[in-house]
Amino acid sequence: MLIRFFLMLRAAGVPASITEFLALLQSLAAGIIEPAEGLTAADQFYYLARSILVKDERHFDRFDRAFAAHFRGAELAFEALLAEVPADWLRQSLALHLTDEEKARIESLGGWDALMAALRERLEEQKARHEGGHKWIGTGGTSPFGTHGYNPEGIRIGGGGGNRRAIKLWERREYANLDDDAGLGRRNVKLALRRLRRFARQGAADMLDLDGTIDSTARRAGLLDIRMIPERHNAVKVLLFLDIGGSMDEHVRICEELFAAARGEFKHLEHFYFHNFVYESVWKDNRRRHSERTPLPQLMRTYGRDYRLVIVGDATMSPFEILQPGGSIEHWNEEAGAAWIKRLLASYPHHAWLNPEPPDRWEFTPSIRITRELVEERMFPLTLEGLDRAMRSLQ
Amino acid sequence: MTRFEGSASYVAPPELSLAVNAAITLARPLLVKGEPGTGKTQLAQEVARALGAPLFEWHVKSTSKAQHGLYEYDAVSRLRDSQLGDARVHDIANYIVPGMLWRAFESEERAVLLIDEIDKADIEFPNDLLRELDRMEFYVYETQKLVRARHRPVVFITSNNEKELPDAFLRRCFFHYIRFPDAETMERIVAVHHPGLKKALLAEALGAFYRIREMPGLKKKPSTSELLDWIKLLVAEDIPPEALRSDDAKTAIPPLYGALLKNEQDVHLFEQLVFMNRRAGRPG
Repeated sequence: MLIRFFLMLRAAGVPASITEFLALLQSLAAGIIEPAEGLTAADQFYYLARSILVKDERHFDRFDRAFAAHFRGAELAFEALLAEVPADWLRQSLALHLTDEEKARIESLGGWDALMAALRERLEEQKARHEGGHKWIGTGGTSPFGTHGYNPEGIRIGGGGGNRRAIKLWERREYANLDDDAGLGRRNVKLALRRLRRFARQGAADMLDLDGTIDSTARRAGLLDIRMIPERHNAVKVLLFLDIGGSMDEHVRICEELFAAARGEFKHLEHFYFHNFVYESVWKDNRRRHSERTPLPQLMRTYGRDYRLVIVGDATMSPFEILQPGGSIEHWNEEAGAAWIKRLLASYPHHAWLNPEPPDRWEFTPSIRITRELVEERMFPLTLEGLDRAMRSLQ
Repeated sequence: MTRFEGSASYVAPPELSLAVNAAITLARPLLVKGEPGTGKTQLAQEVARALGAPLFEWHVKSTSKAQHGLYEYDAVSRLRDSQLGDARVHDIANYIVPGMLWRAFESEERAVLLIDEIDKADIEFPNDLLRELDRMEFYVYETQKLVRARHRPVVFITSNNEKELPDAFLRRCFFHYIRFPDAETMERIVAVHHPGLKKALLAEALGAFYRIREMPGLKKKPSTSELLDWIKLLVAEDIPPEALRSDDAKTAIPPLYGALLKNEQDVHLFEQLVFMNRRAGRPG
């Protein structure tokens, strides 16, 4: 029965190996679990299995879910409940095909402020799940509210965001921190990042300076005089801004690869997260993004102009979010995102924007066009070739 | 076999003792992670004391190489000796300096070996120790000698998560993550370190400590070891419990808070918050 548990762990994404599994069986045979104060045998088995099979506290959560699923028969709970809107309103169940006429009709519904006011009213009116139709909030309909529906200025409430144009996100989702052990292709990414190297000798002198030793020994008439020098290290400093959540979810893998490679390559790497666009503050840890944020002015004071700024994001959003004060989908921003990004770019003359969206879509997404103008055309696709060009432009 | 259950000076939660005992029984290294100041390094010292085993501590630095733990060949002093005509120079064994791992292997009884802060070293460092920790033996090339452990030492490895450790290395270890203790465990920890502490002072100090930890935006949250230092200071200065309390808990600056907050931005932030709370709390 433990074999099934082991396979389930692997399926849940805990990278446990056969040797570790055998070690667990071995430890059970050795009788490490014995009645003790404070812990039942089941608790002891849980802790024992965890300390043998899981080697990273980031995977504790996955382990717990698989453990619960196997031993208590509980359901795998993956979806968090939405805070404000019941989840079953938002289940995607209708595929929607609209004619151009219908699309035009929806466009005419009104501007930003009207949308917000109407949503608030309807949220109060509505009491039950609704699908299709034109007015109520639900899934797949043509009303401007709800998920997966078609309306260019739609407001997204929870769910996956099929058409990726939401203006206000009403859910409080917690995004997982980027996992930096994605393996595939990392080597190639590292090789591309290598273009951005600036070697300097710093730190402890632990390498033999052969030329210096010969020279100085000769000067001292053959009496040995060893000379040491510090090893060469990459001294370039990088500030990495990562877009997280929302439309970035489908690019998570490539971003993890980039992040993992950058972590290994640059000694001076500081990373921050933002959601959709950069506003007055960013954060370091997605689990504490509501309580621990770093204001941009403080960030610009802390990290000097010699840092190279790399922003990773798909820049795919409603143009409101960039140009309008209060456009942020998560909070009320006093100043527009565009103002903040200008300040940021002014503080870091060496900058590049990496976009995981394919470049042929850039022309057709207004927010990408705007962002490209803001970053002075220094936007590169997140491909090896684009990365290469980005690194050259950062030199 | 002796089981480790914590000691008079170290509070080990049951899951920690379980992990330690599993590692001892199966003779695998135990990798210990956790916030700074949660007693990772101390664990090895306490286990050594509980088992009555000699302890070998290998403190890893950014310049450490795996070879340093095995042995070093002091070629430079041999060269010097040869220039000065010393007779020792003919035996290369005179210039082989054993490292901590070697010394733990040679121990007459089962030893405890601590490899402290393994993540400080180069990224390849753990990989270079795979065979040594697995088989507990290594080869000295200069003297053509195989060094093998007489008794497999109990190995503790601590990491502060500064670097990722390689998978092959992790597979050979057991792993335990020391969570930050809750208030109840903390009380036991403080009681172990300051037995005569008045209940009132302890309650107030713990309250103030957790309030500071919960403050948003701190660069470095105070840890268990800092709490213990702070309490030591409070006791030494004979501060009464009332000084830690005020009518509104948020407006009080705890005395000697320098022991808890370790950088000027945090102290500044803390003073600002207290100042703002005072102004907000003032009537009128």
